[in-house]
Amino acid sequence: MDNIDPTPSAPTVQMQGLTKRFGTFVAVDDLDLTITKGEIVGFIGPNGAGKSTTLRMLCGLLRPSAGSAFVAGYDVARRPEDVRAHIGYMSQKFSLYSDLTVRENLRFFGGMYHVPRREMASRMAQAIATAGLEGREDALVATLAGGWKQRLALGCAILHRPPVLFLDEPTSGVEPEARRHFWDMIHNLAGSGVTILVSTHYMDEAEYCNRIALINAGKLVALGSPGELRGRELGGELFEISCNMLGAGLAKLRQAPGVIDAAIFGDKLHVLLRDSAMAIGLPLLLSQGGIIAGSPNRISASLEDVFVQLVSRGHVEGAHP
Amino acid sequence: MNGRRLFAIAYKETLQVCRDPRSLAIALLMPLLQMALLGYGVSLDIKNVSLCVYDQENSQTSRDLTSRFVASGWFEAVHALDSDRAIRQAIDRGTCIGALVIPVTFTKSMSSAGKANIQTIFDGTDANTTNIATGYAKGVIAEALTDFKNRWAQAHGLQPDATGQIDLQLRVWFNAGLESRNFIIPGVVAVILAAVGAQLTSLTISREWERGTMEQLISTPVTAFEVMLGKLVPYFLIALIDAAFCLLVTIFWFQVPFRGSVTTLVMTTALFAVVVLGIGYLLSVRIRSQLGASQIALILTMLPTTMLSGYTFPIDQMPAPVRAVTFLVYARYYVSILRSIFLKGSSLADLAGPLLGLVIFATVIAYLAAIAFRKRLD
Repeated sequence: MDNIDPTPSAPTVQMQGLTKRFGTFVAVDDLDLTITKGEIVGFIGPNGAGKSTTLRMLCGLLRPSAGSAFVAGYDVARRPEDVRAHIGYMSQKFSLYSDLTVRENLRFFGGMYHVPRREMASRMAQAIATAGLEGREDALVATLAGGWKQRLALGCAILHRPPVLFLDEPTSGVEPEARRHFWDMIHNLAGSGVTILVSTHYMDEAEYCNRIALINAGKLVALGSPGELRGRELGGELFEISCNMLGAGLAKLRQAPGVIDAAIFGDKLHVLLRDSAMAIGLPLLLSQGGIIAGSPNRISASLEDVFVQLVSRGHVEGAHP
Repeated sequence: MNGRRLFAIAYKETLQVCRDPRSLAIALLMPLLQMALLGYGVSLDIKNVSLCVYDQENSQTSRDLTSRFVASGWFEAVHALDSDRAIRQAIDRGTCIGALVIPVTFTKSMSSAGKANIQTIFDGTDANTTNIATGYAKGVIAEALTDFKNRWAQAHGLQPDATGQIDLQLRVWFNAGLESRNFIIPGVVAVILAAVGAQLTSLTISREWERGTMEQLISTPVTAFEVMLGKLVPYFLIALIDAAFCLLVTIFWFQVPFRGSVTTLVMTTALFAVVVLGIGYLLSVRIRSQLGASQIALILTMLPTTMLSGYTFPIDQMPAPVRAVTFLVYARYYVSILRSIFLKGSSLADLAGPLLGLVIFATVIAYLAAIAFRKRLD
């Protein structure tokens, strides 16, 4: 592929101090992030954290208020058309033409991206095959179920073999089975050298990424591999404890000395302790408040634990590029 | 500019129009409907004005006069009356628009004094009809009187009185029958094209915003100019088809004489199509909802074109400030071009004035349309 960066580890997406203000509201605040070729970076954060705004700036759809971003070597502010020729983008809302058929959509985007004519047939066939849409080529897109629509949208976005892919919550509203299928496609693409920045609010999907960028209120809160984040960010030992009065138990634990944080997870409490030796005393502590508790179990932190922790303490940590 | 992308957009847009009932209705049904409505509904001709006759004399001469009114084709004798009160009643009830009163002394006065009074009464609530009907009535009577005089002279072995008469040889060029249809219907075509053209393109960009496909579209390398051109090409063809349909109906159904060249007609129509499609496109770029854009397109085109294009209300008769405004109503140029081509057979050179107006509009609007759309979300 002639438009893929020849040096394997060269950064294909680079943001430096990237900032977007809408009036006085700062949607993206001084973001630094570098993504290398073939990497899948997950963009995680609550709604309104600035994920979509960042992706739109990277596509040249919004002009950065400050800072800079380079995609596939092109400045998004100065050469947005060059950027667009080298990226595939899936916007947050499903955005293919519902009143066109599968084939007509593919042909349209093939035309938009100027896919060589002699390759159109084979690429379309491939996109249809990966999306699992064989036999439905002439169905109107409006009649497809969510999972197929998303796979087709991805198929359209990669028809021109872009070296960089920006996906904005591509699996939102799609059932779990279809989401796994979608992620298989993403991994295959990354395997062939495509750089992918994907935003999601599904924690299980974060685990599929090479690195995770946690963003909150426009700021990069944490960056690292899922393993690194799980091990590094909590700053304590995590225990799970079941009890009969979750609310009262939570209040009691939060006041207790040596407890960094506590939160309700399903029908249990997760407690972050400074020292694991304190765990043994927790049932007794709770019983003083009239709460009956089981014995605490040490658990390994899920990414969700980490994110709840990071977002709730408004912790800002320097990015690790 | 990239031909492949241009074609991809034009093709996609064509498919969408064909699958969108609203666009199809605007493209195909609206011209048909408006052509029927405006073509038949608007006529300034007055034919068969209903007339009641109160013939007090009821002689051969008086009946002859009445039949002359009917034979003119402008009047229709609907009722014979026998009193002044009945006239009032008939007009009040709308049985007739006017009345012809022939006095009991009609023949006697004619033969004795060579002069007779007759009375016509018209319902002035419809001033326009009355005005024209009065004129027709005068004509009928003047002709009748001359005939009567000559006949009377012949009967008495005298030479017809020819002193001091000026015979007006009236000839009307280009529309010899003075049929209002011949100049109104070409104007109707202009009004329809102005409305339909702007309606069609007013949906094109707003549809992408409304359905959420715009963000995806502008994330591709397509240029704003390609988007504009690609989107306008199918509608340009539709507008030409609509124009051909309306013009053929004008010529073959309404039988408006066509004396000009088809080439001139096609060229000027294409130019007008550029203007109206461009206006709709501009609105579509500005207003992001399909309904809003099409409503505004309708108001912005329908009202000025019907009132100020000169298609029914003559621009010459408007007060100066209003007349100045009509120069901004691009349809006025096309109305006058169409009329000239149809009735006078004018060539492009003859049409230099209105043509220049259209060219200026087309240039300005094409320029504005080309720069209006930006591939940005902010």
